[in-house]
Amino acid sequence: MNTPIAAPPVHHIALAGAELSALGSGALWWPAERLLCISDLHLGKSERMARRGGSTLPPYETQDTLTRLAADLDRTGASRVICLGDSFDDAEAAGALPEADRLWITQLQAGRDWTWIEGNHDPGPIALGGAHRAEMQIGPLTFRHIATEGAQGEVSGHYHPKARIRTRAGRIARPAFLVDDTRLILPAYGTYTGGLDCGSAPLSGIMNPNAIAILTGRTPLPVPMPRQGVK
Amino acid sequence: MADLPRPIEDWFRTRGWSIHPHQREMFDRAGDPATLLIAPTGGGKTMAGFLPTLAELADNPRPGLHTLYVSPLKALAADIKRNLSTPVDEIGLPIRIDDRTGDTTATRKKAQRADPPHILLTTPESLALLTSYEDAARTFAGLQRVVIDEIHALAESKRGDQLMLALARLQTLCPGLRRVGLSATVEDPSAIARLLARHPDPCAILTADPGPAPDITMLETPERPPWSGGGAAYSIAAVLDLVRQHRITLIFHNTRAQAEIFFHNLWLANDDALPIGIHHGSLDRQQREKVEAAMVRGDLRAVVCTGSLDLGIDWGDVDLVIQIGAPKNVKRLVQRIGRANHRYNAPSKAVLVPANRFEVVECVAALDAARAHALDGDPRGPGPLDVLCQHILIAACSGPFDANELFHEMASAGPYAGLSRAQFDDCLDFCATGGYALRAYDRYQRLMQNADRRWHLRDPRSAQRIRMNIGTIQDTDTLKVRLRRSRGAKPLGEVEEAFAASLTPGDTFLIGGEIVRYEGLREMTVEVTRNAARKPKIATFMGSKFSTSTQLSTRILDMFAARDWSGLPGHTAEWLDLQADVSQLPKAGRLLVESFPHDGREHLCIYGFAGRNAMQTLGLLITKRLEETGHSPLGFVATDYAVLIWGLDPVTDVAPLFDANALRQGRDAWLAENMMMKKTFRASATIAGLIERNTPSARKSGRQATFSSDILYDTLRKYDPDHLILRITRQEALRGMVDFGRIEEMLTRIGTRIDLVRLDRVTPLAAPLFLEVGRVPVRGSAEERLLAEETSRLMEESGLANLT
Repeated sequence: MNTPIAAPPVHHIALAGAELSALGSGALWWPAERLLCISDLHLGKSERMARRGGSTLPPYETQDTLTRLAADLDRTGASRVICLGDSFDDAEAAGALPEADRLWITQLQAGRDWTWIEGNHDPGPIALGGAHRAEMQIGPLTFRHIATEGAQGEVSGHYHPKARIRTRAGRIARPAFLVDDTRLILPAYGTYTGGLDCGSAPLSGIMNPNAIAILTGRTPLPVPMPRQGVK
Repeated sequence: MADLPRPIEDWFRTRGWSIHPHQREMFDRAGDPATLLIAPTGGGKTMAGFLPTLAELADNPRPGLHTLYVSPLKALAADIKRNLSTPVDEIGLPIRIDDRTGDTTATRKKAQRADPPHILLTTPESLALLTSYEDAARTFAGLQRVVIDEIHALAESKRGDQLMLALARLQTLCPGLRRVGLSATVEDPSAIARLLARHPDPCAILTADPGPAPDITMLETPERPPWSGGGAAYSIAAVLDLVRQHRITLIFHNTRAQAEIFFHNLWLANDDALPIGIHHGSLDRQQREKVEAAMVRGDLRAVVCTGSLDLGIDWGDVDLVIQIGAPKNVKRLVQRIGRANHRYNAPSKAVLVPANRFEVVECVAALDAARAHALDGDPRGPGPLDVLCQHILIAACSGPFDANELFHEMASAGPYAGLSRAQFDDCLDFCATGGYALRAYDRYQRLMQNADRRWHLRDPRSAQRIRMNIGTIQDTDTLKVRLRRSRGAKPLGEVEEAFAASLTPGDTFLIGGEIVRYEGLREMTVEVTRNAARKPKIATFMGSKFSTSTQLSTRILDMFAARDWSGLPGHTAEWLDLQADVSQLPKAGRLLVESFPHDGREHLCIYGFAGRNAMQTLGLLITKRLEETGHSPLGFVATDYAVLIWGLDPVTDVAPLFDANALRQGRDAWLAENMMMKKTFRASATIAGLIERNTPSARKSGRQATFSSDILYDTLRKYDPDHLILRITRQEALRGMVDFGRIEEMLTRIGTRIDLVRLDRVTPLAAPLFLEVGRVPVRGSAEERLLAEETSRLMEESGLANLT
């Protein structure tokens, strides 16, 4: 690994000829394109819960997610950003974000080519700067929210994958990237998002038998993707 | 000396009773503003408390509330109603007595407010609620006396602080109000007197004859107690023998789970089919009432119980108390022993049953302390501010208030005698705005000031929500357990939500002595069927554990120092001698730390003797320090006397681990992330009204409340670290679950006198810790190391490593 000493470790992925790096934070970095891709931010989750009559929480989780995103943008010096869908907890949440958070997002966008991919939670355009696309093709890679069958060089999110590893000190679960030779699925980047075990359907069906999971954390760690029945 | 009214005098005479000296003295002091009576169970305490009321009402039977009786238990209120009605009816006094608790119907409650009885029997929570109504002044008009039963029990918790704030309010409404406290034997009566009296009124302390010394022994059986655990299953046969030899036996346990398991084992061995019941706080009320009634009728030979039978309900002819497990606290032991021979002037008989080998030592220390009348107890410190916040909101519900007047009223409550104006203003600001970080959120803006500077509710409708959340009892969130509808839907009791969440259909567990099968969850109720399995798959729910008191810990260390094994059975003496040969015995004023490898891991055993909660906290803090210094700890387990830590690397220098400043920093920084801190925060935030457990629409489920309180906690820590509720949380962390105060006490006790002993294997005293349940894993560099190790092994094995 040729990263500078101070930089946190990354894990290299080759997908359809593109050289990518999985960051421990759950973001994907494509150095050749200076492109940072994150998925499932679910901004405004607490605001939406309040609107739906659930418990009313101060919407600080948005700030937490944005703080981590700002750090990744800073660290990589990205000039392009792709948010892979479900960036907002629903279409209204985008409009209901507090002014300070909207300003912050605008600041992060400044000087960057920013694309919002539509997700199932936030279909259609949203009232913030940046391009809005259903999906996007860059070189050999296709960026979309939900994985499609038979796709090649596809980068998607949606499932919030997590992987569980059994060590001699018990099981450890982490959000994880899933990658095989045709596609890459990103973990959820947002604070307070749940997760789907990569051993369960439909993830175990989507990914090829030789898929690996890359656990997020201090150091991103690759492991053969755990599957159901493997204990 | 005034005379008793004639009819009362006559009643005593026709019964052939004479008035106890302490009853007479209470009567003579009836005009005092506050009086505390210390009397053993069965000492005619209730009559002593009510005699002045009966006399005053006999002389002047005017309408309206005369005396308020407050007890910690609903059942006690009902019990007193029965016991008091007998003399009142027989004397022929025109006195109306009624009780008011959470179980009272709404119609009766309404009637009580409009037309109160002469004597109203209630609980602190129901009283606080009564004071929150706009018509409180009318309800309490003419109130003369308040009698607080079992005040020693209330004084140990925030329920007592709540009660004293409510009394301060009553005193404002009824300036002539006189206060009486009835207490069991306690270590420091003057502390309770200070709580009871309006500050700075004097409070006389009367002490009844304590009766003959109790007869206490420790059970010795041919079977040796096990090395760890709390079940005491080895003692079942001996306990059944004791039950056979006595009329009625109470079998006390420290936790509900242990009571359930013991009861189950008792039934399996109960070949004579002795009638034995079970009673604890998680059982359904109907179930408990059935057991209580059977006891009063004398139908039962024994009851397996927990603290739910600690307090003064008269259960008839109990002639033996058995305590299973070390009593952890001498005061509680003495009070439990008092349950036997609930007849004045007969010695109580009690048997202690240690549940494991170390508890043998603890039981002997407790016996010595009980015989020496050396009770223990930790002073509680000033009244907590979360309760004060709740009462500011309660005051606002009853009508607009002047801040100055309310401050003086609250500072007259014993627990708040030291309250500063700045502290009060802090609480008032919190109630009004929610505090700095939350000031932008409408729902936390609850109070505002009128043009006349009086404070009132911003939205009058919020009174309903505030009233719904009155109280300080933080029961862990529980779910009701019922038999399936097709099986009659009989309610069985409650289990903790976390326990319910761990169940999958088909799992079996114990409740109310029955083995049941978990079928599913329906509308927040756990549905079960009866199951004939002989052994439950899952033991049972958890329940809280007590910490061994400071006094008992000191006594154990003293026993070690003297190497005086005279009170110990041979097997325990041999065990301790072996420890002394192989390593050392822990010494008072020093800290013994053992280091040894075992089973591929490095271990560190720290004999801190600071009680379970503090040792648990110490485990968290020390593993954090080990993490920082690169020792990769993996986990720990704590008991009352030691904490055992395991990890990947040996520790050779322990002195830096016990640096007081570093530990304090750890508490403030890292412990802040800990679940126990979050739990502490949740309790205070709920009491102070920041989190509402009950809303008009529906009760918030425990998990929802946990979720939102955890987020609130993180939020406030990040954006408003000096928020009032966080300051209260840090204060609370000195005792209770975090119990940092006892770590401080331990550090002072040991100074720099730390003995690190390196051994090549497990020591006798450390061995039982390997069998303890409740292991806490540590997630840190060891986890990263293990994950890295495991993932690279998996990558190599699968051959995928060569592909990427």
